[in-house]
Amino acid sequence: MSSTTAGSISDSHAGGHAQSGGTVGEFFSTYVFSLDHKIIGLQFLFSTLLWFLVGGLLALGIRWQLAWPWTSVPVLGSTGMFATEGGQMSPEFYTTLFTMHATVMIFFVIIPILAGAFGNYLIPLMIGADDMAFPTLNMLSYWFMWPAFALIGSSFFFPPYGAGAGWTSYPPLSALAEAAPGSDHAQTLWLLGVTFVGVSSMMGSVNYLTTIIQMRAPGMSMFRLPMTIWGMFITAILQAFALPVLTAAGFMQLTDRVIGTGFFLPEFAFANNGLPASGGGQPLLWQHLFWFYSHPAVYIMILPAMGMVSDIISCFSRKPLFGYKPMVYSISGIAGLGFIVWGHHMFVSGMNPMLGMTFMVSTMMIALPSAVKVFNWLGTIWGGQIQFTTPMLFSLSFVSMFIIGGLSGIFMAATPVDIFIHDTYFIVAHFHYVLFAGTAMAVMGAIYFWFPKMFGRMMNETLGKIHFFLTFVFMNGTFFLMHILGAVGFPRRLADPYHYDTFAHLRPMNEFITICAIGMVATQIIFAANFIYSIFNGPTVGRNPWKANSLEWMAPSPPGHGNFDFQPVIYRGPYEYGSPEVDTDYYPQTQPPPGQKSDGDSGDASGKGH
Amino acid sequence: MGRFWSLLFLLVPVIGVGIFVVCAAEIGIEDHWLPENVNEHGRVIDDLFMFILYLTGIIFIATGIALFWFLWKYDAAKNVEPVKYVHGSHTLEVVWSIVPAATLLFIAIYQMNAWADAKMRRPTLPGSDELLPPLVEVTARQFEWRLRYAGVDQVMGTDDDVFGVNDLHIPVDEDIVIAIKSKDVLHSFFLPNLRIKQDIVPGMKQHVWFKSNKKGVYDIVCAELCGWGHYKMKGRLTISSRDDFNIWLQEQYENQEVSEFEPEGSE
Repeated sequence: MSSTTAGSISDSHAGGHAQSGGTVGEFFSTYVFSLDHKIIGLQFLFSTLLWFLVGGLLALGIRWQLAWPWTSVPVLGSTGMFATEGGQMSPEFYTTLFTMHATVMIFFVIIPILAGAFGNYLIPLMIGADDMAFPTLNMLSYWFMWPAFALIGSSFFFPPYGAGAGWTSYPPLSALAEAAPGSDHAQTLWLLGVTFVGVSSMMGSVNYLTTIIQMRAPGMSMFRLPMTIWGMFITAILQAFALPVLTAAGFMQLTDRVIGTGFFLPEFAFANNGLPASGGGQPLLWQHLFWFYSHPAVYIMILPAMGMVSDIISCFSRKPLFGYKPMVYSISGIAGLGFIVWGHHMFVSGMNPMLGMTFMVSTMMIALPSAVKVFNWLGTIWGGQIQFTTPMLFSLSFVSMFIIGGLSGIFMAATPVDIFIHDTYFIVAHFHYVLFAGTAMAVMGAIYFWFPKMFGRMMNETLGKIHFFLTFVFMNGTFFLMHILGAVGFPRRLADPYHYDTFAHLRPMNEFITICAIGMVATQIIFAANFIYSIFNGPTVGRNPWKANSLEWMAPSPPGHGNFDFQPVIYRGPYEYGSPEVDTDYYPQTQPPPGQKSDGDSGDASGKGH
Repeated sequence: MGRFWSLLFLLVPVIGVGIFVVCAAEIGIEDHWLPENVNEHGRVIDDLFMFILYLTGIIFIATGIALFWFLWKYDAAKNVEPVKYVHGSHTLEVVWSIVPAATLLFIAIYQMNAWADAKMRRPTLPGSDELLPPLVEVTARQFEWRLRYAGVDQVMGTDDDVFGVNDLHIPVDEDIVIAIKSKDVLHSFFLPNLRIKQDIVPGMKQHVWFKSNKKGVYDIVCAELCGWGHYKMKGRLTISSRDDFNIWLQEQYENQEVSEFEPEGSE
């Protein structure tokens, strides 16, 4: 069918269970405890964006201390929070700040915004299903985030200090209550919270896998899936296999703290003149279990972004994605190798150096599929007709920034170099280039790109470009110089590094970084204003405002309950831009080849029913 | 606007490389690069860092310029050529898989020796296979470094042991082995100027070794989060001639006899 005309078919509201509307019960079943994947996706999106704000403000607290240590903190200082210290933050609070910044950003923003928000919203729409395979499980996976929000959020307010053992929560510091006096209950709540996040992600991943395998529309073979779906699919596999390890390890640490087991504590471990624990365990065991999940988690945090970026770049280059199958294989390669590289977080941990050598080789090799992806993105824009829309700019910046993040990874994969730069700002620069300049920028691009589908309205392009430009400039101002700090050996997680002679002269550079960071967070006001205003007042659009090929653009904007107002049948892959077969420069997946009648239910024989 | 955005992306490699050149070559800015290295075995780490920097620098510049050029040339507002309807190139995929694979494998093998020297090949006593005993044992605890020298008899645990806190002295131009252990939580023994870093795990005994080639006073940094006072867990490393070191050690020993002070943590 020709679905390029504006979506004139009216769809009152996404997830419209409501027939007559109005009662409180219906409001709850439609918008709160909804079973509709689109509503659940939006719930994830709004929750994670709010936490994104929290995480960003926490980062500003860290930056304040690094630029102007032991000075009165603006806003917080005047609330009386640090009354005893004359408005300056305490070193305990500083450890809480970076612990919670990472926890919030990783567990409450990046992972749930990719899998929870975009995964939920896009998977059924892009594969041609009417919903997820297990809608109730889907709803549960969202509502399991709330205990986590409550537990980890409240750990912040547990007097006198929040959890302060870093997001990696290395024992014995995290397992011995006396080692971090004041964060006793907070650390326990933190562990419980992470467990809930784990269960939520598990439910999500099972659902995504089943849906993608079982519910594709007729004709939608695996190799006709958009890269976004491949990213989500591989991510779900990673989550399903790696996450149970972290959840179990978190539980073991919890029992170490609460009922005196000794999985991660050496014999007679004690701190700060506390009573010795019986122990008999090994602190390094935690690091192995933690990174066995958390390294694959690094790919969980980037593969879906890579997929979304591939789709956006192909669409706005008006050209087929270069090397679709190599892209799929490299995503799979990253995932496979991702399981055997966790030891590179532990090169100087005390792990057997011989083992470090094997991890070094696998870590070096995982740079390969990433390089292949970058070359293929460059190949995609080569020879295209590039449209510099806001989503395209964000996606291009993903490529540009991922190159930096990928290349700096080679430094730390080199074990001898890692001896020096481990736990310095070089590492901080590296993962912020991958996770912020990479994933977060891709997510921004994805929001601008799919916003018309989600709300039936466009976001303002001019504001979008201003938002992109300022974010891009401030972001590089914030993170690039961290490489230089790292080269000097400037360590992470120090509340006041300047009393070391080696680092005392680095404060001006840190002040510059902090000013850029403040600018970067402030810039997001433009985004928030544009986002909220456009939901209600943006210009309405039809089904396919970007003239894209993939299936979600054939559904109404926003799609109603059940997604499609016709039975989608898939004739080709999602990247047929500029095809000589048709006059338009795009060729939607559902458009029958010239001369063939559109016939809903007898499409491609290779397809699967649902 | 396509021109503007293309140039913005060109600025990434231009400014990025510029910053590294300015800092590494110390053009108008000093001490914003690898700190002075005073360890004979540390040179290889610096060389490897620079080698990887050049290698990645080339890729950074090449991909950055390619990105810029494609954006500039294929801007829809200016480009009149039709879209190149291609789905990929088998030859290119093979080339850009094999070349990076070979390069990465080369780096991996090339550095193994440096890693083994730093972490696996502890120095031996001259003319024998016996491992060089540690000159000093460093015990980390929240938030200080406790030191214990073997004393004149070079045996740890005897009456002539010398104790200290946060003030480590080492003779220059000698192979030095330091035993490190922790009394409570994880710490990391970081000597920036000697390119030494080793996490200290309670319950495990570990060693670091180096051969310093310059006298001076340097920082000892804790590089693994160890609690609220992590930032202030600072020590001082003094590298002096063997004679000065012996005199210092003797002084410490004598002062210690007088004070009857025996720090806990020396067991």
